[in-house]
Amino acid sequence: MNTKESIFREENVIHHLKHFLPSQAPLKDFIHHNTLHAFQDKNFYTALTESSSIFGYKTSLSLAEYRDLYHQGKIREEIIDKILRSQKPSGEDEIWKARMISGQYKDSFAGRRSHLRNNWKDLYNIDLDLAIQPFMFRFLCSYLDQGIAIWGFPVWNKGFLTSIREMERNTYTSFFKTPRSRQLLMDRKCEISDLLKILVGDEALYEHYLFDQQFAHPGWSGMVSVLEDSPGSLLDQRRITLQEFIIFELLLEIDTLDNKFGENWLPMAMRLKNKPEALFAPVPVTEYREVLHLWQDAYEWSYYDQVLAGIALNKQDNSGSTKIRFQALFCIDDRECSLRRYIEDEDAGARTYGTPGFFGVEFYFQPMDGKFTMKVCPAPVTPKYLIKEVSDNKKNKKDFHFSEHTHSLVWGWLITHTIGFWSAVRLFINVFTPRLSPATTLSFRHMDKHSRLSVENIGDHEQEHGLQVGFTVNEMADRVEGLLKSIGLITDFAPIIYAVGHGASSVNNTHYAGYDCGACSGRPGSVNARVICYMANHPEVRNILRQRGIDIPATTIFVGALHDTTRDEIEFYDDIFPDLAKSQLHQHNKKVFQNALARNARERSRRFDTTQYRTNLGKLHENVKKRSVSLFEPRPELNHATNCLCIVGRRELTNHLFLDRRAFMNSYDYSIDPEGKYLFNILKAAAPVCGGINLEYYFSRVDNLKLGAGTKLPHNVMGLIGVANGIDGDLRPGLPNQMVEVHDPLRLLIIVEHLPETVLKTIQTTPELYEWFINEWVHLVVVHPETGKLYRFADGRFISYNPEFLPSRIENHEALFAHEKENLPVFFIK
Amino acid sequence: MERFVEYIVMWPFLAFVISLFLPKNRERLISGFAFGMIGIHLIAVLTLLVLWLTSGQDHINIKEISLYEGHDMNFFIDLFYDKVTAVYSVVGAMLTFLVTTYSRIYLHRESGYKRFFYTILFFYSGYNLAIFSGNLETLFIGWEILGITSFLLVAFYRDRYLPVKNAYKVFSIYRIGDVGIILAMWASHHLWHDNITFEKLLNVELVSHHLEDHSLFGIFISLMILTAACAKSAQFPYSSWLPRAMEGPTPSSAIFYGSLSVHLGVFLLLRTHPFWEHQIFARVMIGLIGLISAAAGASIGRVQSSIKSQIAYASIAQIGLIFIELSLGLYSVALVHFAGNAFLRTYQLLVSPSAVSYLIREQFYHFEPKHQNIETKFSKKIEYSLFLLSIKEYNMDELLDRFLWKPFKNLGNTLRFINISNLYYITLATYFAGLLILVMHYKLPPFIVEIIPGIFVFIGLMLVFRAYAARKNIFVAWTTLVMNHFWVVLAISFKDDLTFSEIIYYISGIVVAAALGYFVLYRIKSLEPDVDLNRFQGHAYEYPKLAFLFLVACLGLAGFPITPTFIGEDIIFSHIDYDQVILAFFLSLGFVISGIALIRMYARIFLGPHTKRYHAIAQRSS
Repeated sequence: MNTKESIFREENVIHHLKHFLPSQAPLKDFIHHNTLHAFQDKNFYTALTESSSIFGYKTSLSLAEYRDLYHQGKIREEIIDKILRSQKPSGEDEIWKARMISGQYKDSFAGRRSHLRNNWKDLYNIDLDLAIQPFMFRFLCSYLDQGIAIWGFPVWNKGFLTSIREMERNTYTSFFKTPRSRQLLMDRKCEISDLLKILVGDEALYEHYLFDQQFAHPGWSGMVSVLEDSPGSLLDQRRITLQEFIIFELLLEIDTLDNKFGENWLPMAMRLKNKPEALFAPVPVTEYREVLHLWQDAYEWSYYDQVLAGIALNKQDNSGSTKIRFQALFCIDDRECSLRRYIEDEDAGARTYGTPGFFGVEFYFQPMDGKFTMKVCPAPVTPKYLIKEVSDNKKNKKDFHFSEHTHSLVWGWLITHTIGFWSAVRLFINVFTPRLSPATTLSFRHMDKHSRLSVENIGDHEQEHGLQVGFTVNEMADRVEGLLKSIGLITDFAPIIYAVGHGASSVNNTHYAGYDCGACSGRPGSVNARVICYMANHPEVRNILRQRGIDIPATTIFVGALHDTTRDEIEFYDDIFPDLAKSQLHQHNKKVFQNALARNARERSRRFDTTQYRTNLGKLHENVKKRSVSLFEPRPELNHATNCLCIVGRRELTNHLFLDRRAFMNSYDYSIDPEGKYLFNILKAAAPVCGGINLEYYFSRVDNLKLGAGTKLPHNVMGLIGVANGIDGDLRPGLPNQMVEVHDPLRLLIIVEHLPETVLKTIQTTPELYEWFINEWVHLVVVHPETGKLYRFADGRFISYNPEFLPSRIENHEALFAHEKENLPVFFIK
Repeated sequence: MERFVEYIVMWPFLAFVISLFLPKNRERLISGFAFGMIGIHLIAVLTLLVLWLTSGQDHINIKEISLYEGHDMNFFIDLFYDKVTAVYSVVGAMLTFLVTTYSRIYLHRESGYKRFFYTILFFYSGYNLAIFSGNLETLFIGWEILGITSFLLVAFYRDRYLPVKNAYKVFSIYRIGDVGIILAMWASHHLWHDNITFEKLLNVELVSHHLEDHSLFGIFISLMILTAACAKSAQFPYSSWLPRAMEGPTPSSAIFYGSLSVHLGVFLLLRTHPFWEHQIFARVMIGLIGLISAAAGASIGRVQSSIKSQIAYASIAQIGLIFIELSLGLYSVALVHFAGNAFLRTYQLLVSPSAVSYLIREQFYHFEPKHQNIETKFSKKIEYSLFLLSIKEYNMDELLDRFLWKPFKNLGNTLRFINISNLYYITLATYFAGLLILVMHYKLPPFIVEIIPGIFVFIGLMLVFRAYAARKNIFVAWTTLVMNHFWVVLAISFKDDLTFSEIIYYISGIVVAAALGYFVLYRIKSLEPDVDLNRFQGHAYEYPKLAFLFLVACLGLAGFPITPTFIGEDIIFSHIDYDQVILAFFLSLGFVISGIALIRMYARIFLGPHTKRYHAIAQRSS
C-alpha cells in the first residue's frame, strides 16, 4: 500500500537500543564492564561529550571538583603545562591554562533524551510514567522472579507476550482498563510500528520516542535485553525479548491515554509544534568540554607520572640474591597487590607472581548436591569442561527468616507468636557480637576443603550436560604450560609453589558477586587453584612438560589456596606432605602468610573510618574480620576502589614501590616471549577485564545517580536479579556509592615491559583489542626492557615519555596507616 | 513511680532537642548521643516494668498540667501506664535501641546522618507520648509527631522523585487517620461533657450509662477510632501505603513500617477497647476489616517479587489477624502477637539484602522445575484473575484515588478562577462581608444565623481545596490556606460563649506561621523566579535553611503541636454542638486537607529532583 520505503526499521532500532542499554547481568553473575560500552568505538572524550549531551550523564568530575584537586596539589601545575604544550598550538597554552583555572562555565547535565516523550506531560497533561511504571515493573519482576514470590507467575514457559495473552484470555479481570489495547494485544499481529502509529504518528520520530521510553527505565529494559541474549543467566529460565517488553509498554500507554481521553485523541506528532532535535545529531565539542578533558588528562598524569618515575628509576637488580624458599601465584587483582608486598617483606626467599585468578583452567563447576553448574572462568570464555565436587559435608544451614512460611497467614501467625521472639535475640546478638550466620556469603563455603574434585577425565571423554568431565592429561599439560610461560616461571622452581585464588565474604550485600574473583565470573577462585595444582602435580603432566622444556623437579609441590580478601584469611588445600621437611617448610610459610595477612588487614583498615587503628595487629585483624559478618556494615571491604594501574612485567619492575593497592599486576617475562604471543593473551584479557572494572568504577563514581546504583542503604531486592530503591523503582545497575566513594576516577594505565615495536604489533592483532588503546579507554606505556626508557602510546604510535617528579623515599610506610585515610602518593620503599 | 513515668516520657524529647544542636559532621558524637540516650531510656523502661510488676500491676494514671482551661473544656496532658503500655514501651525501647545501634555504622558517611538520628529521636518521642498517653488529646500529640516524622523519613532521600512522592502519599493517608481522631475527640467531648481519660473508660458502668443515651454517638466514635487505626496500621482499604513507605534507609523502614509505627493502630484499639467492646457493631467492623485485610494482605503478599513489599504485606496480613483477635476480645493474645510480629519483621527487613545470596543458594541446591498442572478452564480463570488482582493490589490505590483524592482535586480545579489578580479582592471583600454579618447577626433571622457558620466554614474549605489543586502561584496557595483559618474563626465567632482569649489561642500560632511562610516564599521567589507548584523542584539542595523554616511554617499553619494553635483547634471543636455533625465534618476536612496541601507545597518547592542541572541528578524512575 505504502510504496514509499519506510524510515522506521524495527529490528534496526531494537538493535540500536540494545546496544545502548545497560548490559549488567543478574546479581548472581555480577561482572564488571565498561558502563559506556556502547560508545567504545569512539574516542574516550568524544564518548564523554556525546553521552553527556544525549543521555544527560555526568561523565567526568565537575569543574569545581577538578579545581579543588588542583588547589590540594593532587593535580600538578607542571603536568598541566606539559599537557597543554603537547595538545594545544604553541602560544595558546597560557590561554587554555587560564580557562582551566579560572574560566567561567556553567556545568549542565541535561541531555536530549526525553525531550520528545515529555510532550505527554506538556501537551496532554498526563503523566504516563507515573501511571504505568509501578505496575509494569511489578509485573515484569514477577515474571522474571527467581524465588522471592511464594506464588510464582502462573504462565512462565511460553514467552512474555504469549503468557500475557494466555492470562488475558483466561481471566475475569484484565491487564487493561479500556477495550482497544486489549484488542490490539489479542490481535497477534500487533507490531511496534502499528502501536507507534497510534501514539506518535510520525515515523521520523519513532526511534527517538522508543529511546525516550526505554531510557526512562534503563534498568529494567537493560535487564530484559541481557536476558534475551543470555537466558542462561537465570537458573529458572524465562523467555523474553526487548521487543515484547516494548509492545507491552506501548499497549499500556495507549490504554492509559484511552482511559483519560477516550479513543479520540490525536497522535503526538499532530500536536507537536516543533520537532525536537534528533537524538543522535552531531554533538559539538564546546570549550567547556575541552577544559574538562584537559583537567582529566592532567589529573591522570599527575598520578601516572610518579608511578612511571618510580619504575624508570629502578636500577637495582635483586633477582636471585637470596635462596628461593617458596613461590606464590596470585590473581592480578589489585587487592592482592599489597599482600604480595608483605609476603616478600616477611620472607626474602618468597617470590610472588600475578596471573588472572582462574589460573588458565576454564571449566564449569558443579558443587556437591548442586542442581546447576557454574562457570568459573572469565565471562567471555565458554568452557567445554565440567568439574564435579564429591563431598560428605552439607553446606547450607537454614534460616527461618527467609522461609516463605513467615509470610503465610496461618504459619505466620504461629511463627510470630513463637520464634518471632527469637528474632529479637538474634538481632541483639547480631548488633553487639556479629558472627557467621547462614545469611553470610563466605568465600570458603564455595568448595568444601575436604572434598574431591573430578579434575582428571577418566574413561573415554565422559560427558555430562554436554560437557567433558575433567581434563585429559594432554589438556592438563597445555594449561599448565600456558600458565607458567605466561608468567615467566619456567626455571628455578621452589620446593613449594602456592596457587592462591581469592574470594570475598560479606553479609547483607546484594553485590556479593562483584567482590569475588572477576576472572572466575564472580566466584571465589578456590576450585581453580586446586585444579591447577592437581594438574601441575600430575606425574604424567610433568613428563609432557619436561618434553616441552619445562623441567619441574620432582621435589616441587604445588599447593592450592584461597585468600579471603575481606577477612584476610587463607585456607590451604590438599596440604598434606609426604615428607617432614616439606611439612615444616609449609608450616613456616603459613606463618609468613599469616603475618602478611595481618599487616595487609592493617593497611586496608586505614580506609575504614569505623575500624579504629590499633597497634595490636591481632585485635585490628579481628575487627577487620568482623566487618565481613556484620549485618550493619555496608563496606565489608572496598573491593577495587582506587584501582588505576595494570602492570604487565616482571615483579622487579615495581617491587621497590609503594603503589597503595592501586595496581593490577600480571607477571610476564618478555625474554621468553619475543613474539608477544603470551602478551597478546594477557592483554586480550587484561584490557577488557581490568579496563572494564576501572571504567565501571570511573562512571559509577562520577555519576553515581545515573550511571551508578546510588546509595545502597534503601535498596530493595527485586526478584533476586537486581536491586531497586523502594518497591516502585527501576532496577539500579552500576555500583553503589559505598563501593566507589573513595575511588579516584582515573583511567587505567597499562604498563608493559617489552619492546615498543612488539607491543604495538601485539595490540594491533585484533580490532577489538586495539580499540581499547587507540580510542584511549585505557592508557598504555611501554617500559623498554633493555634501556629502561618509557614510551607512551598516543595516536597510534609510541612516543618517549620523561617523568617530571621523583617519588620520595619512605622508611616505614606502615607508620602512615595510623592517620592517613586518603590516597597516598607513590613511595620508594626499598 | 509517677514521677518516674513523667521522666520516661520527657527523656526522648530532651534527647531530640539536644540532638538538634549537635555539630553536623561529628558522626560518632551524634549517633553515640542517640545510642546513650535511648540506652538509658531502655533501662528506665525496663526498671519501670519491674517496679510495676512487683507493685501490684495496677494501672497508673497521672494528670499532668492543664494546657488550657475554660468554657466547658479542659485541655490537659494525661499519662497512663498499664499492661498495654508496658508491652509497647518495652518492645519500642528495645527495637529503637537495637536499630539505633545498628544504624550507627550502617549510615556512616551518608549525607543526612544527623537528620536521620534526630528524626529517629523525634519519632521515638512521639511514640512514647502516644503509648503513655492517658487521654485522646495527649495521644493525638504523639500521633501527629509520628505522622510528620514518617513523612520525613520516607522522604529521607529528598532529592529523588519516588521517596518524595511516596512520603506525600503516606502523609495523606495518615491525615485521613487524623480526621478520625479529631472527630472522635470532638464526639467524645460531647458524649462525656468532659475531657475523658482512658482510665475513666475502664469504668464499665460509666461507659454503658453514657452509651445508653447516645448509642449512635458511641458508634460514631468507634468508627472514627477504627478509621484512624486502619490508616495507621495499613488495613483495608489503606494498605498500599505500607510497602511504598520503604523508601528510606533499611533500618528506618524496619523500625517504622516493620514494627512500631504500623502497630500504633492496634495500640489505639487496645487502648480504647473498654469503650467499643460493648458495641457489637464496632466489634464486627473491626473483625471484618481485619479479615479482609488478612485475606487481601496474604494474597497480595504471595505474589510480591520484591523482598521488602513481601514483608510489608505479610505484616499487614498479621495485623489483620490481630484486628480479628481484638474483635474477639483476645487482648493478651493480640499483645503477644504484636510483639512477635514487630520483632520478626524488623529482623527480616534488616537482613533483607541477604536474601539474594541466601535464596539463590537455596535455588542452586534445591531447585525443582515447575510443572503445569492440567486444570479446568474455570479453575485456571480463577487462578489468573486472583493473580492479576493481587499484582494490582486489588486496585485499592486507584479506588482511593478515584473516590477520594480526585474529587478533591477536581473541586480545587473548578476554583481556579481564584487567582493572584483577584485573590485579595475576593477574599478580603467576602471576609469583610462576613465580618459585617457577624456584627449584625443579632438582626438576622435565627435560622439564617444557624446556617451561616456552616457556610463560612465551607468557604474556608473551598479555599483549602483551591490550595490543594494549586499549580502555579505559591502565594495564592499560601494565602488561601491562611484565610481558611480566619473563616473558621469567623464561623465560630457566632457562638456567644467564644471568648477573646480563645480566639487568641487559636490565631496566635496561625499569624506567626503565616508570616514566617510569607517571608520564606518571598525569599524563594526572589531567588528563584520560576518557582511554582506544578512539579517537585528540589530547592532544598541550595536552600536547606529556607526549606527548614518553611517546614516549620507549614507545621505551624497545619496546627501541629508546636504552637498554641494545636490547642486552639481543640477549643474550636469544643464549640461545635453535637448536632452540628456536618459542621464538624467540614471543619475537620478543612484541617486535614490543609495539612496535606501544606506538605504538598513544601514537597513541591523544596523536595524532589532539583530543577537545576549543574550537578548529577537521579533518574525519575530510580
